[in-house]
Amino acid sequence: MAALWYRVGPVIAVVIAIFVLWYAGAVALNSAWAHDKAKRAGVELTTSELIADTMSQKKPKLPAPHQVGAEIWKTTGAMVARGKAFSKRSLIYHSWITLSSTLLGFAMGTALGIALAVGIVYNRTMDMSVMPWVIASQTIPILAIAPMIIVVLNAVGISGLIPKAVISMYLSFFPVVVGMVKGLRSPDHMQLDQMKTWNANASQEFWKLRLPSSMPFLFTSLKVAMAASLVGAIVGELPTGAVAGLGARLLGGSYYGQTIQIWSALLVAAALAAALVGLIGWIQNIVLKRMGMAR
Amino acid sequence: MTNDPVISAKNLSLTFQTNDGPVHALKDVTLDINKGDFVSFIGPSGCGKTTFLRVMADLEKPTAGEITVNGVSPEEARKARAYGYVFQHAGLYPWRTIGGNIRLPLEIMGVSKDEQDAAVKEVLELVHLDNFENKFPWQLSGGMQQRASIARALAFHADILLMDEPFGALDEIVRDHLNEQVLELWARTNKTIGFVTHSIPEAVYLSTKIVVMSPRPGRITDVIESTLPKERPLEIRDTPEFIEIAHRVRDGLRAGHEDDA
Repeated sequence: MAALWYRVGPVIAVVIAIFVLWYAGAVALNSAWAHDKAKRAGVELTTSELIADTMSQKKPKLPAPHQVGAEIWKTTGAMVARGKAFSKRSLIYHSWITLSSTLLGFAMGTALGIALAVGIVYNRTMDMSVMPWVIASQTIPILAIAPMIIVVLNAVGISGLIPKAVISMYLSFFPVVVGMVKGLRSPDHMQLDQMKTWNANASQEFWKLRLPSSMPFLFTSLKVAMAASLVGAIVGELPTGAVAGLGARLLGGSYYGQTIQIWSALLVAAALAAALVGLIGWIQNIVLKRMGMAR
Repeated sequence: MTNDPVISAKNLSLTFQTNDGPVHALKDVTLDINKGDFVSFIGPSGCGKTTFLRVMADLEKPTAGEITVNGVSPEEARKARAYGYVFQHAGLYPWRTIGGNIRLPLEIMGVSKDEQDAAVKEVLELVHLDNFENKFPWQLSGGMQQRASIARALAFHADILLMDEPFGALDEIVRDHLNEQVLELWARTNKTIGFVTHSIPEAVYLSTKIVVMSPRPGRITDVIESTLPKERPLEIRDTPEFIEIAHRVRDGLRAGHEDDA
């Protein structure tokens, strides 16, 4: 019991602190509007009335946690209960739209990242030339390049899921290249000499030594790549007309000052990212334990 | 059977170019190793003993002189898988079982599955690890891991076994035990063994020929043919004959060090 508290205690303490700060912030930021309303109505607000008002406004500057919670429930659980889980007003629907381009972009980014890393490790020309371009690609703001990707792909007749996944890939291949170059180069001199004494060829060296050795680096990169993929997918939804997806909910919310909608989309996006990264961490644990490489 | 040496080096030199100028790792080294010899290379660090072994294994290229392994160049010998090489660290792959690690060079060489099974069984028995085929490296002690790595070097039946301070990282008692096992293994397999060490008792106990080397430039200062019998219990280390040879090795090491004193 004490051991459990030792592990869970700090987490609970932080969560409580966040809620306290959040409520305090809501009261502080929303009170101006509450005072304004009271002044126009010509009434005087007591402290408890003021606090109650700051937590129940329709378009608060900072919505209180329970308002966001209620909105999330209304657009997820409650809709499932009414059998409308995939209606256009449901966050589950929007999350699924974002998740699909995230996962496709992540898969493409991982494949591209590994391919580039193999090229860099095995080809001298690529080793000397590719990395600066890879780094340069990440210095361009994604918001600037996303519309270009949409326009160019549209011009060649590709629209829908693919352009969003490409933007997601653009962000996610980077950590994979960097991590895998390091991972594929992680075998030490002795291990490479050993391969030489057996007269192993390049492909045997890759499959039997370099690739297995790179696994801890790969999983660490994949976690970063997954989070980047989600950001890319959300950004990719904005220039495509913000029809559907968590990014569309964010943009729609900001057009109409629906702060509660924005915050609920934000929280769902964060939860989605946490779940995806957690999933990779779980697979990482199993794989590395099996390979005898767990820390 | 001919009496040609298995490994023959003539005026072998290797100079590394560094920022501080050339380093003469080996200079004018001449040595013949015959079939079935157990040759130890002993000397302080920087004397080129490991470099010499690596030249035999084609892991370094000499800058002058000639060397043949099995009558051909080290590169051809390496490609013909003429030798097994044991490094200072066992270097077993953690994601493979002991059996899987021993199979590794056999897989690379394209040996059939049945032959792999037979070879794994045979070499595990040689190093007394019969029941450890399905264990993972982390389940074994350091000494057992090094035995597994020796088994791996033996698995493809090369006639030459090159060992670079294989027991350097192990404690004295484990080392004694492994030395006994290496002698037993050598007697059973009749391999030609090159063995780098910095321990005088280890060199004298194991070898038929002790090559004493000294640094700056790396060179051979003495070659001692052991007069000890092939059959060597651990107690042989207390005999006057053993002590006499050890004494000569120590003199050789000291002579090479005179300029440092």
